[in-house]
Amino acid sequence: MKSLDFFVYLFIMAGVTYLIRVLPFVIFKGKITNTFVKSFLFYVPYAVLGAMTFPAILFSTGNYAASAAGLAVACVLAFREKSLLTVAIFACAAALIVNLIAMAIQ
Amino acid sequence: MKYFKKGLHDGIPIALGYVSVSFTFGLQAAGYGMYWWQAVLISLTNLTSAGQFAGLDIMVRGAGFWIEMACAQLTINLRYSLMSLSLSQKADKSLRGVHRWITGFGITDEIFAVAMGSNKDVSRHYMYGLILLPIIGWTLGTLLGAVAGQVLPEVIRNSLGIAIYGMFLAIIIPPSKKNHAVLKVVIIAALMSCVFKWLPLLSNVSSGFVIIICTVAAAAVGAVFFPVKEDSQ
Repeated sequence: MKSLDFFVYLFIMAGVTYLIRVLPFVIFKGKITNTFVKSFLFYVPYAVLGAMTFPAILFSTGNYAASAAGLAVACVLAFREKSLLTVAIFACAAALIVNLIAMAIQ
Repeated sequence: MKYFKKGLHDGIPIALGYVSVSFTFGLQAAGYGMYWWQAVLISLTNLTSAGQFAGLDIMVRGAGFWIEMACAQLTINLRYSLMSLSLSQKADKSLRGVHRWITGFGITDEIFAVAMGSNKDVSRHYMYGLILLPIIGWTLGTLLGAVAGQVLPEVIRNSLGIAIYGMFLAIIIPPSKKNHAVLKVVIIAALMSCVFKWLPLLSNVSSGFVIIICTVAAAAVGAVFFPVKEDSQ
């Protein structure tokens, strides 16, 4: 691909993505009072993360058993309200252990 | 300064998760024959995963698909407008004007979720601190992936893939314990997302669109059946 074409694509991608993010953020200055809208916006982050995590987490490590182990460890630690970093690291460690075991027995 | 540091601290796990995800983006871009600086520029200016992977697929088909590129980014990233609208309600007085034009660039799923999860209103110092390391991590991971492709053994690369979801769970599980309405909204969104993944016809819907549909439906159910009372957030 020619350099010019690359930069046109880059401009379109970055421009559209930036405007989607910034316009609502800049336009809404006041506080919304409508209960439905407020409640809707309150639930958005939880809904987004629920939809993004499941079922994608099962496919995240290249091995269902490793993903399941990571998921279980993450759930236990998150339930005990450990920090984001702690939960993420131990989920990776659990997945890595299962992945290594899977490699060893193959 | 205190809030800036707090933001930096909260951004560390996001940045670590991003390094592993953007690493795979760098790998793929290099695999498609792009230069390392092209991959890095895409990550630095877009700061989004699904949109970039989709954009890469369009780019490698060659020049001319300008409209398709714009529409793809619009659909996949439309969820960000819901998030920035939501975040605008939690921004304090210091986060106004030009600061919104700048920090708005950094609204991603994870940054948004962490900002919304903090107890207090979000100040501009906190936002600048929060977005800084994830932007660096996202760009650096892309560079590593594009340049040094095979440094990490595959088993470690694979295992790092779950980092970002571990973070998500750490964000949604604690409030779900305390607030059963939140738990129900999470379960509805997760179940719908599984249905889209595994039901034959629905599995053709693009991943960005699935997230929008599940989010809007689950949050609307929450808003209708469990309206949030004044100041109970």
